[in-house]
Amino acid sequence: MTSMAPPAAPAGGSGRASKPVKVKPQRAKRNLELFLMIPALGVAALADFLVSASPVAPANDTSWITHILVMGLLGLGMNISLRIWAKYADPFILPIVIALNGIGLAMIHRLDLGAAKATTVATSQLLYTGLGMACAVIILWAIRDHRILRRFTYIWLALSVFLLILPLVPGIGREINGANIWIKLGPFSVQPGEFAKITLAFFFASYLGSKRDLILLAGKKIGRLQFPRLRDMGPMLVAWLVALAVLVFQKDLGSALMFFGLFMVMIYVATGRISWIAIGLVFVAAGGTFAMMFMGHVQRRVHVWLDALDPTVYQATGGSYQIVQGLFAMANGGLPGTGFGEGKPNSIPLGNSDMIYASLGEELGLIGLSAIVMLFLLLISRGIRAALGARDGFGKLLATGLSFILALQFFIVTAGVLRVMPLTGLTTPFLSAGGSSLLANWVLIAILLMISHNARRPSTGGGTLSTQEQGMIDRHLKVSTDSALDATPDSTQRLGGETS
Amino acid sequence: MNQAIRRIWVAAVVLLTIILGATTYVQFFAADALNNNALNSRQLLANYGNPRGAILAGGKPIAESVKTDGGQFDYKRVYNDPELYSGLTGYYSLGSGSTQLESSLESTLAGTSDNQFFDRLSNLFTGTADQGANVELTIDPKIQKAAYDALPDGKKGSVVVTNPKTGEILAMASKPTFDTNLMAVQSSAELAKNRTKLNSTPGLRIATNQSVYERVSPGSTFKLLDLVAGFETGDFAADGEYDNSPKWTPPGTNKMLGNFDGGTCSSQPGKASLKFIVAQSCNTPFGQASQKIGQDKLREVSERFGFNAKPDWLGLAPTSTSVFPKELNDATLAYSSLGQFDVQATTLQMNMVAMGLANDGKLMKPQLVKQVTSPNLQVLQGYKAEEYKTVTTAKIANDITDLMRGPVESGTAMKAKVSGVDLAAKTGTAQIGNTNRVHAWITGFAPADDPTVAITVNVQDLPYSETHGLTSTIMKKVEEAVFNK
Repeated sequence: MTSMAPPAAPAGGSGRASKPVKVKPQRAKRNLELFLMIPALGVAALADFLVSASPVAPANDTSWITHILVMGLLGLGMNISLRIWAKYADPFILPIVIALNGIGLAMIHRLDLGAAKATTVATSQLLYTGLGMACAVIILWAIRDHRILRRFTYIWLALSVFLLILPLVPGIGREINGANIWIKLGPFSVQPGEFAKITLAFFFASYLGSKRDLILLAGKKIGRLQFPRLRDMGPMLVAWLVALAVLVFQKDLGSALMFFGLFMVMIYVATGRISWIAIGLVFVAAGGTFAMMFMGHVQRRVHVWLDALDPTVYQATGGSYQIVQGLFAMANGGLPGTGFGEGKPNSIPLGNSDMIYASLGEELGLIGLSAIVMLFLLLISRGIRAALGARDGFGKLLATGLSFILALQFFIVTAGVLRVMPLTGLTTPFLSAGGSSLLANWVLIAILLMISHNARRPSTGGGTLSTQEQGMIDRHLKVSTDSALDATPDSTQRLGGETS
Repeated sequence: MNQAIRRIWVAAVVLLTIILGATTYVQFFAADALNNNALNSRQLLANYGNPRGAILAGGKPIAESVKTDGGQFDYKRVYNDPELYSGLTGYYSLGSGSTQLESSLESTLAGTSDNQFFDRLSNLFTGTADQGANVELTIDPKIQKAAYDALPDGKKGSVVVTNPKTGEILAMASKPTFDTNLMAVQSSAELAKNRTKLNSTPGLRIATNQSVYERVSPGSTFKLLDLVAGFETGDFAADGEYDNSPKWTPPGTNKMLGNFDGGTCSSQPGKASLKFIVAQSCNTPFGQASQKIGQDKLREVSERFGFNAKPDWLGLAPTSTSVFPKELNDATLAYSSLGQFDVQATTLQMNMVAMGLANDGKLMKPQLVKQVTSPNLQVLQGYKAEEYKTVTTAKIANDITDLMRGPVESGTAMKAKVSGVDLAAKTGTAQIGNTNRVHAWITGFAPADDPTVAITVNVQDLPYSETHGLTSTIMKKVEEAVFNK
């Protein structure tokens, strides 16, 4: 928990600007980042080298050198970009992501070599990694300050709905593996949902950031829980309906859970009220019951999940073959793993995308997977750290939402692979092969880096800006009428609801 | 807000902890169970190309690993005389798993068993590949071949020959059978084609061994157990005479039980000696005796011989439980005493009845593995004869042996007689429901005084008209092979 020590910069939103807070001057730490990239690239290089040296690789397979050189150059490019546009960004985030991306690349490379017909997924994965980092750099350059994003509340909503509806548009929407979450753009298949998770986070953060006082102030108190007014429940209902619509029309349980989970977390952070979580869980239960009762594919998924090891379910089309192959692979790996090239991860359907956790499990073992989970834990913790340090409510909400999305997406897909819950068609962030996923997650990382830069940067002029002050500036500048509500003085103190 | 954010961090940590816990469960605690799951072909794939120990009969390999010239795998499993041994070796298939001894002796044949640990250790240092141990069976190839040849083609039947003094199984053959090499092909397309073809062969079940899996009513061979029970309770005596009415109605039913119409039994419709009754296999005396002996005694005796239990130690799977039913009424008890109603037995079970009587009431456990030798010819496991149970006294066993000479000398088993061989045997013909079809049996041992073999023959589901002397003739051919006549 040491990483959770109180932030150096005073936390915004509490409105206690009167209390003097000691501000430790932050150093940019871009050199530390550069230094940490050495072990990160080292892990990726070792993994990829072991793949190239394994029995499945052809003699003189030097592709690992290309992979690592490109990754190294890209990482260096990111480091330089950060030096220019987000100098104070968290130095741990980039090396962690590069390590995860590199491990994923090595596994995809290994699965390419082991495939019955040689594939070149690793090459396109490397290409998308480059594209993802390029997008990240463009975002750092173009946006600079995440608070700009707060202005477009309803544009984000419209964009999210547009992205979610796209796969259902006849002609461009495509059904792959039973879920309508893909669109076809020329030669490319794109998963708009991966981008929608980010635009939805933008929308929730800006909407809740500005409306939180209204939601907080009104409402009935029942026992210890203060319940919101019915009309303030509107957004909750909308989010729930969007999630249900995704589930019904796109047949995608994973995305539905992810979107609704994101919303619940953000409204909880905005209001600090457990009652929202309670209401949200009631909604989830209602939605789940509805899905179980009326939706054939959900019933099938649950049946396949519960009776995965039943031979008839195993052999049925659309049965448990995939998940059971994943479990067999992981069991075969055991504690130490078989080592790269020594297992049979190619027997897992979608072993390089949805099921990459199982493929990694077979060849790297429990030890390797534990290390990967730890990397995710660190990454998410750094994201949360940025949220704690952010000086504006919007930044806090957005950083929390984006960090939690990473955790939730990782959880939903791996819990499916491990048979903790039904398997859903999500990708594992940074590890899975897939252009949309990589691109979207690099964009997500760019924004997290930007928020952490704003959180850690020394304040200009007299002291740091509290949310309150920022709000006053905003109001003065009439940047956004919504954001004025952000600055209601001492709103939370009056409610006595929050201590930060 | 920061407190809520911290709580969200805790929630994220909880989610990742769940993943870590579940990963540990799958890769550590549940790993063995998953690796051994019947659906899991990974282990098979991993070992498939390795040289595997041979299964031998009479010193000659009946299943062995042969080096392939190129291809996906280094070695290929080859079966010699596969039709003779399909029920024993089973098959080692890439796509369909393994069966019978190939499955139960997996660790021994693959070289991963505990007693091969030091071999593996020294291989580790010398750099030689691990090799499986060889398994020599108790099977005598000459008897096995004779038993197989004696069984008629186109019928469903099986023969079991054992040494009653040691429990060694000398032959276990059945028809219909198949070429196990068809299941050991390394191309999955070819395998699928072969499997479809084999599965459509009438009467053939490729994954089972008929002698231990298929059970049918044992008919009059079950009377041997009536005799054991009757001698023990005193309801039968070797020199006794019993009512032999052609018809007798058990209490509580109007369904008459009769001796075979026109059979030799009807020549003595009054009282008859037990010797005559056994030789001619008359029904009414046994039906009447069953009422005095009682179902509990009969069940207890049959269970001593192995009924209501599975012969799981054999290494053959699946096996079936031979059944003596529970909660009988007077009528069903009477029919059960004739090996009808719900009484069911495997060929091996009726052989165990003969074994117990042959060895003075000491039933030895039937076993298939004679010796396990490591690749460097060191004996890892030898044969150890084990007693299954003391099934009755030597006196009673000898009295029944005497009575069993009757059918061969002058009764239902005369066609089994080989001159110079003192055979003791009992036939059985079990009617299937109210049809004209029957299951035919014979079980016995020779030489009666000092038995070296117990032989049991079963041919299933054939018209009554074809039964005359069929099983006795098969037994005769087996005896000739055993005693070199």
